[in-house]
Amino acid sequence: MSQHEPLRLHVPEPTGRPGCQTDFSYLKLARAGDVRRPPVDAAPADTSDLAHTLIRVLDEAHGAIGPWDPHADPQLLRRGLRAMMKTRIFDARMLIAQRQKKISFYIQCLGEEAIATGHALALQHGDMSFPTYRQQGLLLAREDVSMVDMICQLMSNEHDALKGRQLPVMYSVKRAGFFSISGNLATQFIQAVGWAMASAIKGDTKIASAWIGDGATAESDFHTALTFAHVYRAPVILNVVNNQWAISTFQAIAGGEATTFAARGVGCGIASLRVDGNDFLAVLAASRWAAERARSNLGPTLIEWVTYRAGAHSTSDDPSKYRPADDWVRFPLGDPIMRLKNHLIGIGAWTQKEHEDAQAELEAQVLAAQKEAERYGSLLDGQIPPLSTMFEDVFKEMPAHLQDQYRQAQQAGA
Amino acid sequence: MNMLKKAKTSAIEQDISDVKKSPMTMIQALRSAMDVMLERDANVVVFGQDVGYFGGVFRCTEGLQAKFGKSRVFDAPISEGGIVGAAVGMAAYGLRPVVEIQFADYFYPASDQIVSEAARLRYRSAGDFTAPLTIRMPCGGGIYGGQTHSQSPEALFTHVCGIRTVMPSNPIDAKGLLIASIENDDPVVFLEPKRLYNGPFDGHHDRPIVPWSKHPLGEVPEGYYTVPLDSASVFRPGKDMTVLTYGTMVFVSEAAASETGIDAEIIDLRTLWPLDLTTVVESVKKTGRCVVVHEATRTSGFGAELVSLVQEHCFYHLEAPIERVAGWDTPYPHALEWAYFPGPERVGQALKRAMEA
Repeated sequence: MSQHEPLRLHVPEPTGRPGCQTDFSYLKLARAGDVRRPPVDAAPADTSDLAHTLIRVLDEAHGAIGPWDPHADPQLLRRGLRAMMKTRIFDARMLIAQRQKKISFYIQCLGEEAIATGHALALQHGDMSFPTYRQQGLLLAREDVSMVDMICQLMSNEHDALKGRQLPVMYSVKRAGFFSISGNLATQFIQAVGWAMASAIKGDTKIASAWIGDGATAESDFHTALTFAHVYRAPVILNVVNNQWAISTFQAIAGGEATTFAARGVGCGIASLRVDGNDFLAVLAASRWAAERARSNLGPTLIEWVTYRAGAHSTSDDPSKYRPADDWVRFPLGDPIMRLKNHLIGIGAWTQKEHEDAQAELEAQVLAAQKEAERYGSLLDGQIPPLSTMFEDVFKEMPAHLQDQYRQAQQAGA
Repeated sequence: MNMLKKAKTSAIEQDISDVKKSPMTMIQALRSAMDVMLERDANVVVFGQDVGYFGGVFRCTEGLQAKFGKSRVFDAPISEGGIVGAAVGMAAYGLRPVVEIQFADYFYPASDQIVSEAARLRYRSAGDFTAPLTIRMPCGGGIYGGQTHSQSPEALFTHVCGIRTVMPSNPIDAKGLLIASIENDDPVVFLEPKRLYNGPFDGHHDRPIVPWSKHPLGEVPEGYYTVPLDSASVFRPGKDMTVLTYGTMVFVSEAAASETGIDAEIIDLRTLWPLDLTTVVESVKKTGRCVVVHEATRTSGFGAELVSLVQEHCFYHLEAPIERVAGWDTPYPHALEWAYFPGPERVGQALKRAMEA
């Protein structure tokens, strides 16, 4: 007889389920201003403590405190606030368009707007982001990307730059430093590292920014990316957006229990930060730190952004089946838009009236963009790209077998 | 039938009759191709497991790091998914990565990066981003490699839209095809039959090895030239039947033809996909008989596609059922390697069946 108790399999569970509130103490928070800010040339091992705490700038009274305060120009912060508002309004409008069947599918980033929009401010022209489908804020934060073009992609219409080939939201805008979104999880994390290695091989000064969710860090490509980034000291920022949920997979099932996602970076010899992703100032400061480190040939930084996926995973998902309905209201890091708005009002750089005016103005802009995009058609009216686009771009030149199949498809449709 | 109208291209795009040539093994020819391209194009980089300082387990990259430096030729972590994934990112940046998967048997961890990423990047981004990378991998058996060092997975690539699949059978083609692959703007999977690295193996494993230095296809131009990626070669002209094959089986088929006395026209496909269907169809229409030969397992192998195409395009010219010779539908065994390998005896029997039918 064994002296031991029978073994038991451990399957992590969230504390909250429908009808049962979440105990958010698992998040391991820290107070704003409490976490030290090392120099950008810190050794990776010397960031170990920063991977187990939470970098925050905005405090309960909406002040900016501590060593991570970026001391940003209020003009820049107003731009950031508008980018977040624009992203939220855009998402809300596109959800309606999806319900109206003008779009087949949509993914919103409600509650996570600070991360992509704040990060975008730390990147430069020529840098390349390898986003997931929840970083539309990278595009919406830019003045040079038209919402009309984005909506045409969502509608797979005649004006869609991607020729109707991709699911809605899987944008590709090379000139805006936005890599084509695959849709397969984690594959682009290692590609971002390769892109950054190429910049180093060519002796350029461009850096890459890789994106992944907490759930997808379980994929081998995530770990591969960390190894390559460390080995070649690639100029890349490795962003892990921990929004607690991957469809119904709680972050503990992805491996977030009793450790952090940032801690994986330190284990691989990569400088790592764990940051309040709903704190626009902390996002800006941490992104700048990592970008400066990468651009100075000091290597990669892994940043875990702690946030909450306030909406459904996608328009095909119903989170009321697996998590408490009031989770976001109770989430201790709050709403990123409200937090930056209150901070700006607190420092006298914004007013309630300006906020309401901006809201109305942005709503009108989004609506006008949608109206213009609809002129090029939508799934409802069948104004979609021509048949030839199905066969183009498989190879650079269309080979004989595809020319033949194109002809057959034309005849079949005639 | 329009795909048959394409003009037939010559074996080598340039006239190489006067250029300086040297005897090279396939390994030396492949190395020469990378050497030439590293010299010509600053965007070419070469990496993979053991390829840097050591020069690769088959020595294909020997000396290249010393010549071009560590930022052009370097060792990679043991991660096929990482090697191909990083190469996709580099290619999107504007480089032309040439990566080595140490054995084709090891490419499976990179499947997602090849199938979902490299092959579809141009399509899904409508040309916004492209992935002009070359993935080299030694394939095939006959070296006592057992089930993890002998596979021929070419059909897994020809099934993927957006990938070019290439397999040379000799040093002269190997160099010209590899240069063409590196220069091509589409992703290329470049399969190297490792049993042919050092000589034109005809399947008689119990006979002395013939080195490439004794074969005219081992006389390789020293400088730059290309062999186009859309052309098969008529390796041995003949009138009795057509043998469609590639890689190691080219020489096995040649031995089978000469041993049976059948005047087979042997087509070395060289690029499996997109296929040079014109050469295939012209030959089968001329001979009226067809045997398809490959080393890979039979079921759903590339031979099935070839049989299907010949049936679609040459049915009324056929005088006999199309024969297929392939590896058995088993893993590649170690002790029974030569019972698995479709040698000249098995190929010869198929040739006879096709003649007698």
